[in-house]
Amino acid sequence: MASGLHDSTIQNPVIRWIDQRLPVFTMMQKEYGSFPTPRNFNYLWNFGALALINLVIMIVTGIFLAMNYTAHTSMAFDSVERIMRDVNYGWLIRYVHMNGASMFFIVVMVHIWRNLYYGSYKAPRELLWIFGVVIFLLMMATAFMGYVLPWGQMSFWGATVITNLFSAIPLVGDSIVTLLWGGFSVDNPTLNRFFSLHYLLPFVIAGVVFLHVATLHITGSNNPLGIEPKGPQDTLPFHPYYTAKDSVGIIAYFIVFAVLVFFTPNYLGHTDNYIPANPLVTPAHIVPEWYFLPFYAILRAVPDKLGGVLLMFGAIAVLFVLPWLDRSPVRSMRFRPIAKWALMLWGINFFVLMWAGAMPAEGIYVTIARLSTAYYFAYFLVILPLLAKIERPLPLPESISHAVLRGGGRLHGAAATAKPMEKA
Amino acid sequence: MRVTTLKAAILAAALSLGLASPAARAAESGAEIPNTKFSFDGPFGTFDRGELQRGFQVYKEVCAACHSMHLLSYRNLRDIGLSEAEVTAIAASYQIPDGPNDNGEMFERPGRPSDRFRRPFANDAAARAANNGALPPDLSVIVKARQGGADYIKALLTGYEDPPEGVTLMEGMYYNKYFAGHQIAMAPPLTGDGQVQWGDGTAATVDRMAHDLTAFLAWASEPESETRRAMGVRIILFLVVLGGLTYAVKRKIWARVHGDPIT
Ligand code: HEC
Ligand code: HEM
Repeated sequence: MASGLHDSTIQNPVIRWIDQRLPVFTMMQKEYGSFPTPRNFNYLWNFGALALINLVIMIVTGIFLAMNYTAHTSMAFDSVERIMRDVNYGWLIRYVHMNGASMFFIVVMVHIWRNLYYGSYKAPRELLWIFGVVIFLLMMATAFMGYVLPWGQMSFWGATVITNLFSAIPLVGDSIVTLLWGGFSVDNPTLNRFFSLHYLLPFVIAGVVFLHVATLHITGSNNPLGIEPKGPQDTLPFHPYYTAKDSVGIIAYFIVFAVLVFFTPNYLGHTDNYIPANPLVTPAHIVPEWYFLPFYAILRAVPDKLGGVLLMFGAIAVLFVLPWLDRSPVRSMRFRPIAKWALMLWGINFFVLMWAGAMPAEGIYVTIARLSTAYYFAYFLVILPLLAKIERPLPLPESISHAVLRGGGRLHGAAATAKPMEKA
Repeated sequence: MRVTTLKAAILAAALSLGLASPAARAAESGAEIPNTKFSFDGPFGTFDRGELQRGFQVYKEVCAACHSMHLLSYRNLRDIGLSEAEVTAIAASYQIPDGPNDNGEMFERPGRPSDRFRRPFANDAAARAANNGALPPDLSVIVKARQGGADYIKALLTGYEDPPEGVTLMEGMYYNKYFAGHQIAMAPPLTGDGQVQWGDGTAATVDRMAHDLTAFLAWASEPESETRRAMGVRIILFLVVLGGLTYAVKRKIWARVHGDPIT
């Protein structure tokens, strides 16, 4: 080996030549081949891989859409329909992109729920979790601006309502809104800057995803038991075990995706968005896309505009500090008899918020939205901190292999000598 | 608990989509829209070419006086089963604005299959002026743009009635039980049996005209839907087989590690 070259173990001469100079193949082998992974993942551990694939699908379909899309108020609506009618397989590209946004939110929400349930946000994975919340925020911004692009009635009025929220900010609010609009109402400059940002943000997301995964590969994955692997008997190489298991999940995901795209492509959308934008006609109900409904409900639950905006952003902000709110040393809800049900209720409550967000903001719906909003925050700010003090967790298993293998992993021998690496 | 967590998550997601979406589109029109049976209903439905052609003829002879369908080109009519010659003849029967010519003047020429459907009015203002101030919407995507889709359009076309006791219509308005607010600025467009003469001998009753016209509009809104569904069937079958194989491979690989975890 010439000095200064990486000591590659790869046999193929061409790949070896590259690997010696840029050890990406060694890296891939280390991070995705032999990477030691807890042996007890369930199928909820598929959703990270699914999210990554979804991002790639969005970027690829988005680039092809952008080749045929026209970001001008007088042409945007027609250009999207032209894509559907006159571009080869344009309808497929557009429906995949459109429903891909919904699939992305389904996948990421399940992924987030998984982390809440198994305590994956706790030390040492706080930063990993924070990068995840950043991705979620960026996704929301991206989807919001994407929804404006087809320039239908909901695009226009959704953009008007949401951008107007920023005017509630004291002092600078109005200037921010003018900046977002590029003028004094939602108009052509708004559409242009949204298109530009909608093209940019997915690549920013890709960058944060890289950091997210890099952080993951420092700490390693959590697992359904929430205890750290104590030795090789507790882990399996990522390949072929989890490449195989992820493949099963990916195909199931494609099937759900295909049913949406091919049979009910407009089910999750709103009919009003097939009416071209008209600043003079306000739709009877302005409703955002389904994935914004819980946050929309929180926004409308507060009678004060600024208060509503703060609470809505607070609903995400609270996730950033979650690792420091939940001080219980036990990660997995399997061993937390009370917190488990509090979280289950939080999950149900999330759907109640989603439903309330779709209802008109009046009468009983407001009351329900307020109660739900209260529970959304109480879970993080009151229940978790309190439970950390008063809850008695169930006894944790000795090790992963002990808990999940017949014979407690004795086959591998090393269990007895493995040094416990964790405090929990 | 283990397996059920996942199931609960999937169920909850499915439930919320089911809950949130129809709620988000709660109908605003008054009367309940009756459900019409169309050949293109359901996941495997297809269009009836005879219906589409008859429906196109009604559009051409009745609705096109007021409503544009500017996202369609005459060439698209090949998809509803018209021959190349028929499409060319239909296109040529229209005078299409074009230009400027070498002298800088706009002119009109006979249409070609590549032209978009000719608009009845030069602009929205002209359309309003001719319709008592109301704008007849473009019908290219109308079925996708209304809650209730095809059922609603069919109901609307046949939903004209005398206003009930105590309701006074505004000047130039008509009573339609399915239209939001019930007062519509469009006069009943389908006036009576035999309004059009169909070449295939089908009797042009109002209900038949409304039905076939709606089928035509549904096709125009989603001309890709037959291709889309056929492709969907093949892709899903393929994925199911591939999924089965993948699952078998996964089982085989995991059998190597003693005591496959039950989680
Ligand atoms: C004389 C002109 C005229 C003719 C002919 C006509 N329409 Fe209309 N149509 C209108 C006007 C004007 C409106 C707008 C009504 C309103 O907003 O109150 C309208 C509205 C509509 C709507 C939208 C209703 C809604 O839910 O907003 C549909 C669908 C429609 N017409 C279908 C048709 C069809 C199909 C035909 C042919 C059978 C037809 N129209 C013929 C003038 C016409
Ligand atoms: C994080 C990834 C992304 C998300 C969540 C997302 C979301 C969306 C949404 C919700 C829409 C509106 C769909 C509709 O009703 O038509 C949309 C449209 C669009 N997106 Fe994206 N998008 C993503 C990535 C991209 C990328 C990378 C590009 C371009 C390179 C792109 C280009 C477009 C274009 C051109 C449209 C308008 C066409 C249309 O409306 O169908 N998107 N996007």
